Amino acid sequence: MNFREYKIGSRMFGAAFALSMSITLLFPSYDLAASVVSEVGLDKQLTSGWDSGWQIKDPWLDGLNKPLKVLVRKDPKTGEPMEPVYAYVYTAGTSLPNGVKHHHNLGLGVEELSLNQGRIKEAKIEDGAVFLIKASDKLLDFEDKPLHYIENATATKGWAPDAVLKQAADSDILHAGAGKTMFVREGCWWCHTLLPEQTQDWQVFGAPPMLGDFNGESPTAFGSDRKGPDLLHVGSRNASREWMMLHFFNPRLVQPHSIMPRFDYLWGEVDADGKKIDFKKWRSEYDEYREGKITTPPDVPMYAKDSEIRNLIDFVVNLK
Amino acid sequence: MILKYLFAKNEAIPVGSAAVFFGFSAIVWFMIGTGLGSFNAAKLAFPDFVTGTEMFAFGHMRQVHVLAVIFGWISMAFAMAMMYITPILGNTRLWSEKLGLWNCMMWNISLLMGLSLMWMGVTSGREYSDFPWPLDLAVAAFISIPLAVNVWMTIIKRRTQGIYTTNWFFAASTFMLIIVFLVGNLPEYFHLTGLTEAYMTWWFAHNVLGLWITPVAAAIAYYVIPKVTGNPLYSHRIGHLHFWSIVVFYSTPAAHHLMSAPLPEWLKSFASVEGVLILVPAIAFVSNILLTMQGKWNMFVENLEVRFTVVGVLLAIPLNMQGGFQQTRSINWYIHGTGWMVAHAHLALLGFSTFLEAAAVYLGLQTLMKRKLYSLTLGNLHFWLLLIGFSTYWISMTIAGLIQGAGKIYEVPYIDVVIAEHPYMIARWLGGTMVFSSTILWLYNMWMTAREGTVIPAGRMPHELAYER
Repeated sequence: MNFREYKIGSRMFGAAFALSMSITLLFPSYDLAASVVSEVGLDKQLTSGWDSGWQIKDPWLDGLNKPLKVLVRKDPKTGEPMEPVYAYVYTAGTSLPNGVKHHHNLGLGVEELSLNQGRIKEAKIEDGAVFLIKASDKLLDFEDKPLHYIENATATKGWAPDAVLKQAADSDILHAGAGKTMFVREGCWWCHTLLPEQTQDWQVFGAPPMLGDFNGESPTAFGSDRKGPDLLHVGSRNASREWMMLHFFNPRLVQPHSIMPRFDYLWGEVDADGKKIDFKKWRSEYDEYREGKITTPPDVPMYAKDSEIRNLIDFVVNLK
Repeated sequence: MILKYLFAKNEAIPVGSAAVFFGFSAIVWFMIGTGLGSFNAAKLAFPDFVTGTEMFAFGHMRQVHVLAVIFGWISMAFAMAMMYITPILGNTRLWSEKLGLWNCMMWNISLLMGLSLMWMGVTSGREYSDFPWPLDLAVAAFISIPLAVNVWMTIIKRRTQGIYTTNWFFAASTFMLIIVFLVGNLPEYFHLTGLTEAYMTWWFAHNVLGLWITPVAAAIAYYVIPKVTGNPLYSHRIGHLHFWSIVVFYSTPAAHHLMSAPLPEWLKSFASVEGVLILVPAIAFVSNILLTMQGKWNMFVENLEVRFTVVGVLLAIPLNMQGGFQQTRSINWYIHGTGWMVAHAHLALLGFSTFLEAAAVYLGLQTLMKRKLYSLTLGNLHFWLLLIGFSTYWISMTIAGLIQGAGKIYEVPYIDVVIAEHPYMIARWLGGTMVFSSTILWLYNMWMTAREGTVIPAGRMPHELAYER
């Protein structure tokens, strides 16, 4: 390495590479870090919790370490009926969401409100916490919308996680957080995007996401290669759990031309009544139906409350 | 077996052992990767083909195909080329044959482990950087860093005064791969979220192609064509232009993968303009290699390695015309997220780069094992199956993508797009299956070359001997 040219060359290489890295990494990072989280962004991060990909507390992506989204109809403390509101329940031991742990990510305004009025600093993993999304009377600078912030209802209202879960019917509890893990693990995002495009897609798939809609979400699972419809607002188009159940078990039951794989294996071993599901029998009867030997397809078994497909359906229906 | 040298003294290991080990590993991974690709394609054409188990679900296998091909086939073929070409160009031996062998073994083991876990669904949920971060660190420690150290040390200990073009690329790309890999996975180590994470995902995906696969594949052509034809490289200066424009232009347009996401507008515009400038290194490279062929075009027909290399270089023309312009706003809105992109990605990895690497593996294995290729017929069959299979795939997916784009902008119900794409999905599966079968022939041919190929006398190149079968 005693050629003078190589010394010059190495320095030029270092300079060129460093310049390119600062333009593509440093400047965008400053820009993106300045974004203020929106109501949608708060809902997403509180629903899906710390992470939906691989994490130490959920190494096999079973949907562990996840919060529950609960529709609260009665005040968990007094038992009085109240205006229904969604609460995000982090039971004891569940990792807190990104915005609570790294609160600077919430952005200017939302961070102060969440810390001072929402008291998010008082949330502890050991005791669990219940979070709410609150509208403030402050307006976002460039839009005529109020700023939303996170409220730690365990601190402000004394709502204990267990008390919230106790007052709720099972149908009011959404396992959407664990469902996001299923969405990532099963590779739904290899065919379905979660990103209606800005230039088109408004009419069929709905409005594209805005700048603050992602803060605290990981992974975003945008998807890149669409082989099925966009799902960002699918819950607004079709919120029928029955349709979802048929479609996941065998998409060809409701859409004969679909190329989606069957997700019947997410039902697990048993159905809602605890009876063993006979997949082999179901498939042979379905084949007979397909060949025209019988006129109706076999019934799809109702999924168990704690099955993986319940999580996934909760996640999909919750995509409003 | 080569494994017996793992604990031997470095001097006792025959020259080229690591490269041969890497070469055969690469072919086997190519077979696995394309086999998975063909299986996945079958599922897209016939959704009830092998159904109802988690193990054979499309969503569990798609990323295994992609990563097996990138880190198994392409990157191992690169390692093979580096361990073979770098010492030759420095008129020396590989710095450490032993490190090379360990590198290859650990590479195979960590890749096998990572892909098996991924197959079970253990993923970070980020395209191209799907490995969870402990595996990312294993990849850096066992795959990219030992390879880079071996390449750099061989270049430093060279016995020539100058450094040839190929070795600039090898040295720079191994360095850039380490940076890209460690920086691109920052969101996983530090739990960066939201748009930052999405942007970093595509920053990684863009740069692993732009700063690793494209330049190393090109570097191989810079060696193979002058070496086999005997012509000196047309222009050293155009080589400089190629090298510097890769570093400056190709490293910057990462944001053009997210043109319809709410990223800052300045970043998207900047990325789009820089993306067009990818044509600078592309034109420099293609013209330099094709002009080097002057007077030796007969070898394009007669010599297998030259044919593979030149076809790879010719495929770089549509690749970069697409790559330069499809990311501008005026075209991207139509084809983004459609099968067009899938076709383009296969043009880059299965077209352009695979043909160049195949040439390096053919030439390297023959040279290092001092055996002439066992059968030209099988070699030709491999070439044509690969080319026709790839073309079928590329054309059918491009058409499918254009249909999908039209469906997207006119917002027709998605199921009508699925119905319209069906014939092209079958064609894609047939093309992919042809590619897969060609790799079986290739592995057999190289295996038989090792066992029964004619011995090449000392001081002779493989292409100086006539083919026998």
